[in-house]
Amino acid sequence: MSLNWKYQESFAGRHIGPDEHELKAMLAVLGASSLEEFIDRTVPQAIRSKEPLRLAPGQGEHELLAQLEAIAAKNQRSKSFIGMGYYDTHTPNVILRNIFQNPGWYTQYTPYQAEIAQGRLEALLNFQTMVMDLTGLEVANASLLDEGTAAAEAMAMALHVKGEDDGAFFISETCHPQTIDVVRTRAAPLGVEVVVGDHRTVDLGAKKYFGALVQYPATDGGVFDYRAFAEKVHAAGALLVMATDLLALTLLTPPGELGTDVAVGSAQRFGVPMGYGGPHAAFFATKNAYTRLMPGRIIGVSEDAQGRRALRMALQTREQHIRREKATSNICTAQVLLAVIAGMYSVYHGPKGLKAIAERVHGLTALLAQGLTRLGYKLRHEQFFDTLRVELGSAQVRTVLSAAEAKGMNFHRIDERSIGISLDETTRAADVEAILGTFSAGKALEATLDELGTGLASPLEAGLRRQSAYLTHPVFNTYHSETEMLRYIRRLEARDLSLGHSMIPLGSCTMKLNATAEMIPVTWPAFGGLHPFAPPSQAAGYKIIFEQLESMLMEVTGFAGCSLQPNAGSQGEYAGLLVIRAYHQSRGQGHRDVCLIPQSAHGTNPASAVMAGYQVVVTKCDDQGNIDIADLRVKADEYKDRLAALMVTYPSTHGVFEEGIKEITSIIHERGGQVYMDGANLNAQVGLMKPGQLGADVCHINLHKTFCIPHGGGGPGMGPICVAPHLTKFLPGHPVIAMGGGTDRIGAISAAPWGSASILLISWMYMQMMGGEGLTQATKMAILNANYIAKRLDPHYPVLYRGKTGGVAHECIVDVRHLKKTAGVEVEDVAKRLMDYGFHAPTVSFPVAGTLMIEPTESESKAELDRFCDAMIAIREEIREIEEGKVPKDNNVLKNAPHTARMITAPEWNRPYSREKAAFPAKWVQEGKFWPPVGRLNNVLGDRKLVCSCPPIEEYMEPVPPKAA
Amino acid sequence: MSDIPKDLKYTQDHEWARQQGNLVVVGVTAHAQEALGDVVYVELPKVGTTLTAGKQFGVIESTKAVSELFAPISGKVVKVNDTLTGKPDTVNADPYGAGWIIEVELSDPKQLDGLLSPDAYADQLKNA
Repeated sequence: MSLNWKYQESFAGRHIGPDEHELKAMLAVLGASSLEEFIDRTVPQAIRSKEPLRLAPGQGEHELLAQLEAIAAKNQRSKSFIGMGYYDTHTPNVILRNIFQNPGWYTQYTPYQAEIAQGRLEALLNFQTMVMDLTGLEVANASLLDEGTAAAEAMAMALHVKGEDDGAFFISETCHPQTIDVVRTRAAPLGVEVVVGDHRTVDLGAKKYFGALVQYPATDGGVFDYRAFAEKVHAAGALLVMATDLLALTLLTPPGELGTDVAVGSAQRFGVPMGYGGPHAAFFATKNAYTRLMPGRIIGVSEDAQGRRALRMALQTREQHIRREKATSNICTAQVLLAVIAGMYSVYHGPKGLKAIAERVHGLTALLAQGLTRLGYKLRHEQFFDTLRVELGSAQVRTVLSAAEAKGMNFHRIDERSIGISLDETTRAADVEAILGTFSAGKALEATLDELGTGLASPLEAGLRRQSAYLTHPVFNTYHSETEMLRYIRRLEARDLSLGHSMIPLGSCTMKLNATAEMIPVTWPAFGGLHPFAPPSQAAGYKIIFEQLESMLMEVTGFAGCSLQPNAGSQGEYAGLLVIRAYHQSRGQGHRDVCLIPQSAHGTNPASAVMAGYQVVVTKCDDQGNIDIADLRVKADEYKDRLAALMVTYPSTHGVFEEGIKEITSIIHERGGQVYMDGANLNAQVGLMKPGQLGADVCHINLHKTFCIPHGGGGPGMGPICVAPHLTKFLPGHPVIAMGGGTDRIGAISAAPWGSASILLISWMYMQMMGGEGLTQATKMAILNANYIAKRLDPHYPVLYRGKTGGVAHECIVDVRHLKKTAGVEVEDVAKRLMDYGFHAPTVSFPVAGTLMIEPTESESKAELDRFCDAMIAIREEIREIEEGKVPKDNNVLKNAPHTARMITAPEWNRPYSREKAAFPAKWVQEGKFWPPVGRLNNVLGDRKLVCSCPPIEEYMEPVPPKAA
Repeated sequence: MSDIPKDLKYTQDHEWARQQGNLVVVGVTAHAQEALGDVVYVELPKVGTTLTAGKQFGVIESTKAVSELFAPISGKVVKVNDTLTGKPDTVNADPYGAGWIIEVELSDPKQLDGLLSPDAYADQLKNA
């Protein structure tokens, strides 16, 4: 036999689900002779790229990881004392391995199907409770994208509370510079005037102020008592927003007790690595009165159909996907995975542990202050928590900074004459000695640390020392041994259905494989340990990753520029529209303010357009779900002089390749508008066509969809934008790290210059392992899988929209609306019944109310697709029994779904079907059953009486007795 | 077809108005509450607010949707239905009675002439 000694393992073959045999079988079902022929007839020729992707061939996972290690080694890990919202921290190892590195926690999507997301929901409820306790406010959401965005959201909310169209917003000059910049960016298109100044001297009567933002502790370390300022703000009829720090709040009087209306900040230092900027969970807390205006997701307590406590996302109708252009925010994603980690950090340490950590940090800072004073240095603030501002001469600033850098330490150069030093959880006495060493300039300290530390007291005055208790709930006081913690994490994990169980066929979400090799480098300290504002020379490894990823994304989209900064798809939309706005302004066309958006668009589009200062004009769709080109032309003509942009999703949100896309983009260009392409459906394009060639000027890319960043249970995500040559100079800048280019850049969109930098590694790994050919093959297989499902399900549930040649793109919408008439069955019932079969439902009621949208992705094998189709078909037969009157319309396997173990094992069983049919409706469920931990959620109860913190202990101790099944 | 009392006037946005001298009670129609489903929250204006016909005066929220409430007439809010704060489902149970939303003092008593008659509103529902 001949030996193939050149055999190369292919990653593409691991990423793509169906093997050769399955591929053949699927092609046969679809009546195609080859994959090429199938793609040629499904994807219109007019929109296809003529050339294959110019990307290097794919590499094996082991080879690539070895290469990446070499790149990682180019990053220099200095000890960070920079602060400014980012602090080094120890991720408890039990959390690192069992959550951060665990697909049982990171592969899920947003908990829309609450019954099979109870674990994550409980972890998020812990996060909310933690934030409410520490900030001293009444209600908190389940996290936001970053601190800057959270502050910008608070400003928008304050404007809304005031009920005015414009006004002024005050920002203290001691806020983090990136926060100030992100808020400024957000304020401009809203017509809000931002005034930056000193909160002690500002005259709030001078302008129409609706809100004020201060930082507590300030970015340079000062801790101010804001009580008097709060009164001034309220007297002016405005809201007080306070950016704050959770660790400091274990020792400081909480914002709620100082008169704060909104508290925002980052939970990063609670166990989440800095990651050169992210991802981290920001928090947002406010008073009950503003709950319904609060941005983001809120987890609430409700009951299931059996009257047992169950959790869900509350007030979902407030979200942009329903409110569209009337929404006050475009936020969809939270940072669930990171919020879970931060919440678990509190569960693990408990109030005593957190306080001990905070006291050590504060104590070492006080010690450092003693030492610096002894050396003759002047400190700006008498009251501080973990950060000192040392005042120096300008020559001294340079000397100290270079001495520090030489010793592997980074300080914060605040200005010409002062340096900031922030300590954190990882700081020890030896670090304090080393810091003092950089300041001693040959002078001896003439005292040991022990001597300096004798009788060390906190510099905080009584009014700023926290008296109120926090984290008193048992969940924060129980799981402190590693065994208990491990079991708590695992117990919650078991209540969630993840990609580790079965496919999650959510349309528009692209729930593909998040390969282990892609995930591994994210938690390498060489990437995780970098502060986003470390000197760029220390991040040479990251620079390589950014440049290569940008160039790969530009090749895929056919564009000339890229910004990796936007932290979510919604932020990409917003950034892209601001780039378009800046372009029009640069040409003296700043009056262009109309954004055309088709009816079928995702709700985030109109919400983003309004945030960018545009007036939304909705254009119609035809019966086939395509953009009605005649109507588009009429509206484009009507607003020809004001036309700024069209936002278009491709393939359409209906899952169809519209043949008219090039005509559509020309109509807009001919009238002076720009075309924004929503990249939500890019998974159907990669390698086959390019947004740039279809006539788009900007597009965002959901790296968490097409390029494998896991959904994290509802975040993190990343939404970089790519742009045509004429727009590159307008891409987002950053106030701390120079992004190059000229002065035309728009302001910062995210707090960190490259957004959530550490997870960009995931997309880099994926693209490098797949190569151009692998990526294109993945697209083809995604389209094939969707068409296979459409073909199998169509006889049972009509497929709603198709392209001209009868095919769908990478997803399909199946109709169940008629079943309401024939059997009283609604789309929710089908979704919940799927849980009994071990599946997560497809997307419910988007983009068409009462329907299901299925997106299988290329990663699912034919065997899994068949299992899913079998479940859907079996459910159709169950519906037929209702239609035929064999079982009542209000008491059947669908209406009572999902069935929990408790229901099935209840002593009494009086349903018109067997227990076995309820819980074990298919063979595979008999072999391995995922039990939904709770029954059908009561949505009404949860929204009428909103409870969004951990319920009192009594509810844990005395569970509500179950009603008879 | 939903209940459409003959003694009321209607808007295209599914509000009703009942005139009692210079005062007008405003609520949402039976059709509106059916379409919304279980009402979970009603955002009420403050007493004393001045309303402009056709402009938003509040928000009604169900588990399925959030809808703006539009003023059928111009005038000043003299009473709001505080029951709805604790029991928003009153709108579902009794949209024309206990589920009323606000009472308005008319700036011009002739204003109701411009609203839809019960028959015209019924036609609108039929044609929708």
